[in-house]
Amino acid sequence: MERLILNPPPGVTLMRKAYGEALVELGHTREDVVVLSADVQSSDFSCMFEAAFPERFINVGIAEPALVDVAVGLANGGKVPIANTFGFLFATRALEMVRTHLAFSGANVKLAAAYAGLSDSFDGPTHQTIADLAILRSLPNMTVVVPADARAVGMLLPQVAAWNGPVYFRLCRNELPDIFGEDYQPEIGKAVMLMPGQDATIIACGVMVGIALEAARRLAQEGIHARVVEIHTIKPLDTEMVVHCARETGALVTAEEHSIVGGLGGAVAECLGESYPVPLERVGVRDTFTESGPYEDLLRKYGLSSDAIVDATRRAMARKPSAAPIEVQSMCG
Amino acid sequence: MASTNDRVALPAKVYAFGMHHSAGMIADLSRRAYEYRAQVLRMVYGRKSGHIGGAFSIAEILCCLYFHQMRVDPARAELPDRDRLVFSKGHACAMLYTVLAHRGYFPVEELETFRALNSRLQGHPEPAKTPGIEAAAGPLGHGVAIGAGMALAARMEKSKRRTYVVLGDGELNSGVIWEGAMVAAKYGLDNLTVIVDYNGVQQTGTTQQIMPTEPIAAKWASFNWHVIEIHGHSVAEILTALDTAHEMHGRPVVIIARTTKGKGVSFMENSPAWHGGVPTNEQFQEALAELEEEARQWSA
Repeated sequence: MERLILNPPPGVTLMRKAYGEALVELGHTREDVVVLSADVQSSDFSCMFEAAFPERFINVGIAEPALVDVAVGLANGGKVPIANTFGFLFATRALEMVRTHLAFSGANVKLAAAYAGLSDSFDGPTHQTIADLAILRSLPNMTVVVPADARAVGMLLPQVAAWNGPVYFRLCRNELPDIFGEDYQPEIGKAVMLMPGQDATIIACGVMVGIALEAARRLAQEGIHARVVEIHTIKPLDTEMVVHCARETGALVTAEEHSIVGGLGGAVAECLGESYPVPLERVGVRDTFTESGPYEDLLRKYGLSSDAIVDATRRAMARKPSAAPIEVQSMCG
Repeated sequence: MASTNDRVALPAKVYAFGMHHSAGMIADLSRRAYEYRAQVLRMVYGRKSGHIGGAFSIAEILCCLYFHQMRVDPARAELPDRDRLVFSKGHACAMLYTVLAHRGYFPVEELETFRALNSRLQGHPEPAKTPGIEAAAGPLGHGVAIGAGMALAARMEKSKRRTYVVLGDGELNSGVIWEGAMVAAKYGLDNLTVIVDYNGVQQTGTTQQIMPTEPIAAKWASFNWHVIEIHGHSVAEILTALDTAHEMHGRPVVIIARTTKGKGVSFMENSPAWHGGVPTNEQFQEALAELEEEARQWSA
């Protein structure tokens, strides 16, 4: 497990640059990959693919419904289209196209959702994407994948392209710590246990994985041994791992750069409720629109911090039936 | 009912792509259009559900596409180089199903299961269930952009396959139609032909009342499409227009086919009531008699 994660993270990498590089690499290995953009390729770095493979790059203009529908037509012709725009636009403006042609009729289109979560921080709440996991996850046949660092992007993108059916691949705009070591071999649909622990489990995705690891290290200094699990595939959820952790640690915390409604926390809550109810605390944006500002400040202000995870872990542990009664209030709601 | 079924026993004759449009071919396809209308009438009457008006307006166009123009093979329905048809006005699928069945994609008898539980013939087209269906439709407006994607894929593969899109005129209300039109024009997709079934009537009134379509030809022309205007129930004009579209270089082609909603049944023609109306027994008998008479006239 040691070389799964790098401790401390040796540096940071711009995730969108890692995505652009991974896209070019994919273009070299797969001739059937076609990349589409709604004129944001200079933002999400799919322009790197455009430069390398101009004949396989299509810019439909600022027209997200057409972006998805043109990709549907390309998929019908045996191509593997990767459509690129901001995550919120897939989840809202182009949602009907995504529902009807990707989820319902199974078009083999991949959606690369740029600038997700709060990562388009200065552009503000119109551009921030905090409901996409809930929306996309509710569609039958949809697969939802959230990489947590540059290495994960490079390892998961080829799997997204090879996956049979539509995938929503959620990407961060900014620099993120390099979390994963050389033993990290993610596989779509399988959770990854990053740090052992018996007192509670912290399940995180995306940018919150690094923050969850930091929270677990802080808790360890207090003698609380929290397990950290990365769930990069929100759907299909690795329910076996969730139940396994509930059984072994008796208290769970989820952490995501998303609303607490319907995302990773919602998925884990559904699983626990049906299979193995234990105390669960959800760390995420608490059902509110956010605001403009520096990314790290925004994350902190809206409760996406190691402080929030540490507190949530204590709350979840205090709610275990075996726990001594202490004055901790649940943050449910 | 049985007698008409016998008369249209499958598979119906296909006039190979490229062959001369003889008077006999034109009469045969015209006659079949009326027979297929009668079939659609029975399907909707039998299920007490479906869309007759827009199915009747598209009969000749689908006959020309599937029995002459499109290079498809029901026995090899997944062949990569088959021509594609996106049936964007999905609600009118009873006619598409009827034509596909007679083209040999599935048994004609199966048409009776239209919109029934466990049927492959869903209320709106579903590609995973029904042989010959290339794209889901029902929510309107998708056809042009999906067709543009199909045409782009063909070009990337240097395939000669062509993509056809059948649109309703009411769909032109939808913004994504024009997004798709701009994409097709940008890439000069001359392997894409869009046919607008311009029957002038949508669910709650005429297109003129609901959302004026005119000047329809100028709209498409201003989007850099080559525009052909025809009488959409004239098999001869449809066949010629499809040939012209096939010869076009550098631009996508739109065929504005002026049609009549509810074509062939006097009391259904041009009436929004027959967008989704279901006939009574009396109306069913009357409509069937009119359609059979029309078919007889083409049989002479």
